[in-house]
Amino acid sequence: MVVMLSTLLMLFPLFEDNPYTLGVTNLIAINTIVVLGLNLFIGYAGQISLGHAAFFGLGAYGSAITTGTYGLPPWPAMLLVAMAVGCIALFVGIPVLRLSGHYLAMATLGFNFVVHSVLLEWDTLTGGPSGFSGIPYLAFGDFSFDDEVRLHYLLWSFTMICLLLCLNLVRSGVGRGLSALAEDETAAAALGVNTRLAKIKIFVLSAVMASLAGSLFAHCYSFISPDSFGIFTSTDMVIMVVIGGMGSIWGSLFGAGLITLLPEWIGVFENYKDFVHGGILVLVLMFLPQGLISGLKDMVTVRLALHKQKGKQKDAAT
Amino acid sequence: MLRLDHLCKNFGGLPALSDVSFTVPKGKVTALIGPNGAGKSTLINCITGVLPATSGSVLFKGHEIVNLASHKISALGISRTFQNLRLFPRLSVLDNVMTGLTCEGGHSMIMAMLRLPYLRHRERQLKLRSLEALDYFDLSDKIYWPAEILAYGDKKRVELARAIVGKPDLLLLDEPVAGLNGEETAAVGDQLKLLRRAGHTLMLVEHDMDLVMEIADQVVVLDSGRCIATGTADEVRRNPLVLEAYLGRMEATA
Repeated sequence: MVVMLSTLLMLFPLFEDNPYTLGVTNLIAINTIVVLGLNLFIGYAGQISLGHAAFFGLGAYGSAITTGTYGLPPWPAMLLVAMAVGCIALFVGIPVLRLSGHYLAMATLGFNFVVHSVLLEWDTLTGGPSGFSGIPYLAFGDFSFDDEVRLHYLLWSFTMICLLLCLNLVRSGVGRGLSALAEDETAAAALGVNTRLAKIKIFVLSAVMASLAGSLFAHCYSFISPDSFGIFTSTDMVIMVVIGGMGSIWGSLFGAGLITLLPEWIGVFENYKDFVHGGILVLVLMFLPQGLISGLKDMVTVRLALHKQKGKQKDAAT
Repeated sequence: MLRLDHLCKNFGGLPALSDVSFTVPKGKVTALIGPNGAGKSTLINCITGVLPATSGSVLFKGHEIVNLASHKISALGISRTFQNLRLFPRLSVLDNVMTGLTCEGGHSMIMAMLRLPYLRHRERQLKLRSLEALDYFDLSDKIYWPAEILAYGDKKRVELARAIVGKPDLLLLDEPVAGLNGEETAAVGDQLKLLRRAGHTLMLVEHDMDLVMEIADQVVVLDSGRCIATGTADEVRRNPLVLEAYLGRMEATA
């Protein structure tokens, strides 16, 4: 499946060269990276974060400031920023992850507010509400990623690598431990899962992924403003996770794709985006609380199992 | 194997366990009995780190484990089942059992993301061992079912399989046959006997006296948080204090 999708993505720009369309799919790629990380944290580990746009923003502004203001080369800057954001996440996560449920949601939301205000108010460093422009493009030597086609390849390679890494993670014992802790923390701990550490680790991992996506976002558009990193971005990302499917890596791709594309497909949505997102979220939560992909997958596995058993009972009866 | 020394646990000001001391010998089956509310489950929870103890000590293989985090106690080789089933409902039966091998999976997140060949190899081994455990409990045909849709008896057995798959040194079972019918109880009893023969050390909380009399080498009786008797099943049955604890309650409720 990964190979198939990669091939499709490789060929995509050959028959679709409209820069606007590619711009949209590139945005899907960036969102997918954030949503993958967030899905590990929300869907697999069963926690909640309404503050991941903060890490996304810190990554973007981190890259913008280190490369734009201080002239560091973009690639090492991106790594440095990701590490710094990881440390911030660790620092935030240690106290905050003692909480759960609504309290955790409020704490992460608060963190997002703080970061957003800092981006907005510290205008000598961030440019304030008018944004930060003149961020250099990423480049390999003379080959600069400055048009949509080149960016397409760059961003989707990043996304596919992240997707692959996440798929590996959830298939491992670590992933099993996370799902276990999401379902029953006490039982998971009794079976040897270090629940506190696992939560912190996955939080930091998801923050680092958000930061990478933020850096790519900054270099891709060369202009960023605090608006992109407010709490509504955070909730949009949670919506992407929920709609795509909690605890489904492929669902992350689907959710990010669907929610990014919706306003493009139907022009009316442009103005009523938040209403539509909210409406979809309510519908999904009511009818498929595990999200579209995971919910359907669950239904199929249960049906299959019951069907098999019925077949067996019939065999036994005859 | 396990030694409890003056273990106390208070909930608020209310003592749930006071001065409980006894030892669980290696390779034997110890049954923990007592009327409802005697503190049996609390005791198991204190031993496995689910609840912090107020005072006292628990020595396991020479390590002081009182108030250690659950996952560390699990890593030392104590495994348990819960009174009210605690399976992971949405995980498959196989994944539930494989979670019992968490300590042996022991690799970092980064390694797991790279999925190096040695890890794949180890995962395969863990899977084989889990399949073996499931086979032992006659669940081989349901390994990919989500645990939540299993019948109650099957769930109990999945939990048992999950608890023994890691070959723990000490297995704590909180009411392994509660809610099972006679036939199923006998089956679980046979499986417990097999486990004892294989050299496992077991401690079980149980209300089913027939089962206790049949398989327990040592019986510990708790009443109102106190350990009132220890001995073989027959000794305990004749102990006047024990009779009073049980019969006294029956008179009071009659």
